[in-house]
Amino acid sequence: MSEAANPTMGLEVSNTEQAKNAKTLFGFWVYIMTDCVLFASLFATYAVLHRSTFGGPSGETLFSLPNVLAETLILLTSSFTCGLGILSARARHKNKVLFWFLITFVLGVAFLFLELTEFRHLVITGNSWRRSAFLSAFFTLVGTHGLHISVGLLWLAVLLGKIFSKGLSKNNIRQLTLFSIFWHFLDIIWIFIFTIVYLMGALGK
Amino acid sequence: MSKHQGMIVAEHETSEGSLKSYVSGFVLSIILTLGAYLMVTHHSFTADRIVGVIVGLALCQFLVQMLFFLHLGKETKPRWKLFVLLFMITVVLILVFGSIWIMNNLNYRMTPEQINTYMNNQGGGF
Repeated sequence: MSEAANPTMGLEVSNTEQAKNAKTLFGFWVYIMTDCVLFASLFATYAVLHRSTFGGPSGETLFSLPNVLAETLILLTSSFTCGLGILSARARHKNKVLFWFLITFVLGVAFLFLELTEFRHLVITGNSWRRSAFLSAFFTLVGTHGLHISVGLLWLAVLLGKIFSKGLSKNNIRQLTLFSIFWHFLDIIWIFIFTIVYLMGALGK
Repeated sequence: MSKHQGMIVAEHETSEGSLKSYVSGFVLSIILTLGAYLMVTHHSFTADRIVGVIVGLALCQFLVQMLFFLHLGKETKPRWKLFVLLFMITVVLILVFGSIWIMNNLNYRMTPEQINTYMNNQGGGF
């Protein structure tokens, strides 16, 4: 009797656990959506102010497109390796998970490095956020994205440390899934920054 | 019974995203990114037309990544994620186009003198 009852009990437990996971994922999805509204207000600010250069340079003269293309491809590739890491996590391959997420981490750092190099160059040449309303809006929008990337990298580093020392647990896999949603979302935001800020800026629009 | 349910769970897990979906999402995204980039670097059309095309390409890439990376199409029946997404898109459109509309309208209706007077009254000014 008890042996017959046990499997169903186990199933029920795993079912409620799955329901809990689904709730966590949905809650995180709602957070991501509210973050979209934050970025939307920054995009709106940029759209309103991008012509207010106060006699200073516009995006047409400031932006270096090859550099931005490199950033875009790096972030896109990191989003892809993050997906491969999730597939490995689902197959419970600890070493593959560490491998793919380590690549994601390195690509994220490379992206951040390129972005900070661009910021540094702008500030050194006298075009910091203090120069014009356009540059204030630019630094706020792109900087907020960069800040999200930094927080994501910190989160990923902690997760990788946990997985390296304690192995893949259900908890870790759930957190990796949440991280992957966050990372894909940042890639989607970057598509719009790439198009609206950089490409349209280079066209003088 | 329990075996049957286990199969459903396994099926659900594989439908969350396969290697194929990640690879196709990645390849499509690269094509769309390079397409937009080349449109801008080779000025083959007027700037207005290029803006239209690259915004279209960005929206395509948004869809590609939502479907292939975030697996939005694979959601089961009460599609809450999709509803929240659609609500968010509505809010974003109102926020962005509303701001642009209001600010352009203000810009159009105010003379530079009015703007200066207003700024001085606010204690700001240039």
